[in-house]
Amino acid sequence: MNNILEVHNVVKRYSQHTALNNVSLNIPKGVIFGLLGPNGAGKTSLIRIINQITGPDEGYVMFDGKKLNQQHIKEIGYLPEERGLYKKMKVGEQLLYLAQLKGLSEKEALEKLKAWFIKFDIKTWWTKNVEDLSKGMQQKIQFVATVLHEPQLIILDEPFSGFDPINADLIKNEILELKEKGSTIIFSTHRMESVEELCDHIALINKSEKVLDGAKSEIKERFKTHTYNVEYAGNLGEIGNGFEIVKTEKIEDNFSAATIKIQPDIPVNQLVRLLIDQVELRSFGENIPSMNDIFKMVVNETID
Amino acid sequence: MKNILLILRREYLVRIKKKSFWVMTLLMPILISGFYALLFWGVFNSQEQQKVSIIDESGAFTQKFKNSEKVKFEYLKLPLDSAISRLNQKQTDIVAVIPQNIMDDPSSLRIYTGKGVGFEIQNKIENIIQNEIRNVKLAKAGIDQKILEEADVNVSSKVVVVSKEGEQKEQNTLASTILGTITVILMFSTVVGFGVQVMRGVIEEKTNRIIEVIISSVKPFQLMMGKILGVGMVGLTQFALWITLTFALTTVSSSLLPANQIKKAAQQQMSEMPQKDKDKIAKKVTETPSDAGKVMGFLKSAKSLNIPLIIGCFLFYFLFGYLFYASVYGAIGSAVDNETDTQQFMFPIMLPLLAGYLIGLMTAGQADNKLLFWASIIPFTAPITMMARLPFGVEPWELILSMTLLVISTIGMVWLAAKIYRVGILMYGKKPSFKEIGKWLFYKG
Repeated sequence: MNNILEVHNVVKRYSQHTALNNVSLNIPKGVIFGLLGPNGAGKTSLIRIINQITGPDEGYVMFDGKKLNQQHIKEIGYLPEERGLYKKMKVGEQLLYLAQLKGLSEKEALEKLKAWFIKFDIKTWWTKNVEDLSKGMQQKIQFVATVLHEPQLIILDEPFSGFDPINADLIKNEILELKEKGSTIIFSTHRMESVEELCDHIALINKSEKVLDGAKSEIKERFKTHTYNVEYAGNLGEIGNGFEIVKTEKIEDNFSAATIKIQPDIPVNQLVRLLIDQVELRSFGENIPSMNDIFKMVVNETID
Repeated sequence: MKNILLILRREYLVRIKKKSFWVMTLLMPILISGFYALLFWGVFNSQEQQKVSIIDESGAFTQKFKNSEKVKFEYLKLPLDSAISRLNQKQTDIVAVIPQNIMDDPSSLRIYTGKGVGFEIQNKIENIIQNEIRNVKLAKAGIDQKILEEADVNVSSKVVVVSKEGEQKEQNTLASTILGTITVILMFSTVVGFGVQVMRGVIEEKTNRIIEVIISSVKPFQLMMGKILGVGMVGLTQFALWITLTFALTTVSSSLLPANQIKKAAQQQMSEMPQKDKDKIAKKVTETPSDAGKVMGFLKSAKSLNIPLIIGCFLFYFLFGYLFYASVYGAIGSAVDNETDTQQFMFPIMLPLLAGYLIGLMTAGQADNKLLFWASIIPFTAPITMMARLPFGVEPWELILSMTLLVISTIGMVWLAAKIYRVGILMYGKKPSFKEIGKWLFYKG
């Protein structure tokens, strides 16, 4: 079985609207999976179904080849977007409690917690009340609570909101490390730069429907515009059939930049050869759409 | 089940560790036994002697006011103004003015005081005057004092409850009424108090936003039950501590008042009476106890009440009454975002609770009151009103019927509350209406 999670034709209706309309997607094992979509698209509804907080009205979910059931709760770690802790409880006690709810014994939980407290260098926090910690510190505690029971599937809903750049990096590295160890991570966000950086696979949900999914590289391939960016010295004239100079501009002293579109069936080398004949090349690269561009493109398309 | 226990333990420990819990738990028995001790102290310890000035305008009461340990009388022949100025100069504590026409208008007696007059002294003055007026009027009518004394029998009764098995048991109506009233108040305040704690706990989890983390680990029902049971355990712990502490403290405080002091107080009370009354009482003291004797009798008959049964029933009705209402409180907590939004939902649950409370208080002592009977059967009010009936003895079938109905409706209420709770805890932002909450009942998992 290569998919840790398979969502089959899931429908979720509320009294006023349909939150998920016939959504299917597969999440391969060991990837960082970006679950993208504008606010209110249905991401949280899907995550809640995966967490068995609510059930689907139609369709079903398979976890590691078995129909999702209560046993899977301890295989999932969930960091909700709206997250919090008991304010008047000691950090250590609280983490022990949350770990035990996930099925760890007190002894196991204690051992694992010790390791994390050493790793994050937060040993002195153990006996502090949560309300005495800063927001960033609380986020770290919540992250530890999410992954402590070493779940196969980790669901992080906007994990970086509220983190300063240093702590965000720390968490980013932890996420990558968890992936190394074999965990699958679902990463729900609308911050595209972190998607670009971390995700292997993505699915885009808009207006209750899945509008796009697949490996990131494959999606980028699909959305590429066959345009290339060139920087050069000299004058660029006509370069012949099958090529179109979209725009040129002077960038500094002798250098200019141009965007050139080619027919999909023409090899890139041919363009390079033509360019070498005419100008002094400084740089050459394919114009690959960013996830941000793709996101906007797809979302706007479905609005129209 | 394991999850419910984990949650129960947290809810319990968090509350037990609070200072306010221990302050409340320790203070209550101290207050109760302190009150109890104060009561005894007030009854048996004479306060400072008070000086009462009598202005007898009628002249009919010469030599009728006799000094005692507590009161010293003096006769004044002064106008009211100067008597009152003596009051201001603290030469006397009380000025009693007996007007000329007191025989015809007994309510014309006036008592002036600088700092208020104790009930006991007011009573004493009134009694002396009343007795004298009666004696004078009887003499006028030509009735012999002796005949009257013989005719003046004091009727007192003992209520004997006869059970179906023919067992006879003496019942003290006063002790039963007091116990009934106390347990009604205690039941009402604890059910409401701990119910509100459950509601606050639910709102806290919602506003903290920890709720979503928890219910990704446990089912909402487990969280709700764990919380309700945990808070309920806190309640039971508090009762256990109260019962032990109150028992310990009252034992200590009554041992500080040995029986001979009570006897002495009784003797002292007799010595204050006019001689003929004393004879009368001496004659019948075996049948008619004095006031102090009555206190002893009351305590004795209080002991004859079936205390273990009452405590057992109290705990049962607390547990289920609490479960019943705490689940409603829990459901309300889940439906709102903050405590101020709870107002509109509080009224409907306070209504049956208050009805039970008021019925229990007003009909305590009327063991066969029909309203009380029905209120003690209907689950909404049974936990509170049954307390008013228990000290008088309740037929087993009534108790069983009431308990069974309560258990069944508690299960039903928990089930309904869980349906609301499950949806409510994930709803933010809008203040739900009753209609909206009604819809939640039909949501699928």
